[in-house]
Amino acid sequence: MPTRIYLDANATEPLRPEAREAALAALDLTGNPASVHGFGRAARAKLEAARETIAARFGGQPADLVFTSGGTEANALAIAGLAAGRRRIISAIEHDAVRNAAPEAALIPVDRQGVADLEALAGLLAKGPAAFVALMLANNETGVIQPIAGAASLCRRFGAHLHVDAVQGAGRIACDLAALGADSLALSGHKLGAPAGAGALLLTAEAAARLTPMITGGGQERGRRGGTPPLAAIAGFAAAAATARPSPTLAALRDAAEAAALAAGAHICGAGVARLPNTTCLALPGVKAETQVIALDLAGIAVSAGAACSAGKIAQSHVLAAMGLGALAGQAIRVSLPWHASAADIDAFAAAYRTMAARLSRRAA
Amino acid sequence: MSGGVDSSVVAGLLAEAGHEVIGITLQLYDHGAATARKGACCAGQDIHDAKRVADHLGITHYVIDAEARFRHAVIEDFASAYAAGETPVPCVRCNQSVKFGDLMALAVDLGAEALATGHYVRRIEGVAGPELHRASDLTRDQSWFLFATTAAQLAFCRFPLGEMASKNLVRAHALRFGLPVANKPDSQDICFVPDGRYAELVARLRPEAATAGEIVTREGVPLGRHEGIARYTVGQAKRLGTAAMVDGVPQMVVAIDAARRRVVVAPRGIVRDRLVRLREVNWLIPPPEAPISCLVKLRAREEPKAARVTAGAGGEAAVELAAPALAAPGQACVFYDGSRVLGGGFIRATQVDEDGVGAVSEPTYGGVAQR
Repeated sequence: MPTRIYLDANATEPLRPEAREAALAALDLTGNPASVHGFGRAARAKLEAARETIAARFGGQPADLVFTSGGTEANALAIAGLAAGRRRIISAIEHDAVRNAAPEAALIPVDRQGVADLEALAGLLAKGPAAFVALMLANNETGVIQPIAGAASLCRRFGAHLHVDAVQGAGRIACDLAALGADSLALSGHKLGAPAGAGALLLTAEAAARLTPMITGGGQERGRRGGTPPLAAIAGFAAAAATARPSPTLAALRDAAEAAALAAGAHICGAGVARLPNTTCLALPGVKAETQVIALDLAGIAVSAGAACSAGKIAQSHVLAAMGLGALAGQAIRVSLPWHASAADIDAFAAAYRTMAARLSRRAA
Repeated sequence: MSGGVDSSVVAGLLAEAGHEVIGITLQLYDHGAATARKGACCAGQDIHDAKRVADHLGITHYVIDAEARFRHAVIEDFASAYAAGETPVPCVRCNQSVKFGDLMALAVDLGAEALATGHYVRRIEGVAGPELHRASDLTRDQSWFLFATTAAQLAFCRFPLGEMASKNLVRAHALRFGLPVANKPDSQDICFVPDGRYAELVARLRPEAATAGEIVTREGVPLGRHEGIARYTVGQAKRLGTAAMVDGVPQMVVAIDAARRRVVVAPRGIVRDRLVRLREVNWLIPPPEAPISCLVKLRAREEPKAARVTAGAGGEAAVELAAPALAAPGQACVFYDGSRVLGGGFIRATQVDEDGVGAVSEPTYGGVAQR
């Protein structure tokens, strides 16, 4: 087995040392933040410090941040807790965490580059009052950054709530609730390089005031989300949030990976628009995505395609289909560089990709 | 790797022998994890089992989405065959399209040297290349289901279970490897209709095959009504209602007239075919220029019987049975020389012939391992 190289950061980022240290320290802390005694107070102090760090990092107030089990729950809480009685409008490229929580939603189409069509959104908003809109900050498969500011001003004009799934964008590009003009933001710890197990819904004060909980339980999180919070995961989340920054180095490495893939016959999905610095979506005409993922895995390079279901089966990408890529939608893989990617990793990827493309493209032809 | 004992043991044996083994599980249809039914192939629980086996053996494992191809090449073909008055063998279609077509192409793409499966057949290197033979354990033999394997596919495939003296031996290997599926029951049904109620599936895809019609004699005299030709197979004696007995003589289905939605019956045992015509014939020997004498099997579970086979043009063949028998259109007719598979084809609807007498067994999917 060759050395394994991890280029699937959008599935989960490798643990950052800062997050590891913070999580380990929290693991040794006995105490439930809800307890009255000294142990409880110490745990509570850690929890609230983390809340302040994360809220500040993403442009909100600590009082308006609700810890959840992760990004999926944050999105589900936003929809269950804020969209009641409102028409739901989501982009056609949202993650399943949003799509499956709002199955009957009207869809905002995207263009061939994978950017949500704001004119279409305006049309949908104009159809009636009181909408709940979900538009992701950046797409998980293509990395294409969505026009949040534009959507926010439309939503304001029509009195709609704008929810932003910032799971992939947070830490990789500017992500600030106030600056984006959004009403709620879903965040995930492990996508920032923390251990999995914690996420957050960051709200405006107005949205926080009308949030209905999904889980009441013991009234934790100011009655917005019951259950004892996972302190180690949350401490790691805060440390990762404080550390993660947009990286020009990653963008350069990503560009190098793309150049190699292009030379080997790849088509880059969404190449013409602003994207996350760490993500590229490479279609190899005529070669099934699952074959590419397997061939690269056997060569020691970990990438992904579409969305893997719980069985590990690779399903057709609804994102690339929405972009009108036709057959290419089933022939694209996602390469997402982790925060610690190196030039050597990209060299290894380029070599493996060239070998794979030469072998499989010839067969496809 | 279906998640069952057989393919799991194959993976274990090959890994033990030092091969680099890549396990592949085909997701063939969305069975719904909720059913969690044991004993059916490639449903949700079975994929989970296959992954656990691969983890246990320490081999690489992938799940391939073959749903679209399986639906088109196997399930829809299955329903269409019933709508045309035939009795299909979906396992053969699956082997032709999904397993030895797409799966083998993937194995080649990945640079694999061979594709091993859990089928109970033997592949023997002969003077003129690899030969396909019946399994050592004739009660497990699946060669009838593999007649359509081409020479190129046979060259690339390996069937390590073909030499196993019994299924108990296979289970013993599973126990020896400590496989979590060692005691899993065998699959018995058609995998995509695990409850055995295939007529409902056919009715959903081909409503015309579930429309009521007449049960008639060979002369066209109405004897009763039926609830859709999909519920009938040539040789069947059940579900005939008022037509089951005529003048004290038990009747059975001898033909299905799909165009007029008629089920044709005759007294049990009097209608036999002496000449059986085949289509989509696959030869594992050079197609013979003169008629050959060999053994043939007209259904999955029966002893091979003597016949003369004449290869025709356009993938056809004519089979002259030494003793007339009942041939169900859509089923396979496979040619054997001793244990060796020479070829085979699908039985075409034939003219009713009145020669011969004898007992008739009903085609069944139960009791024999499919694939």
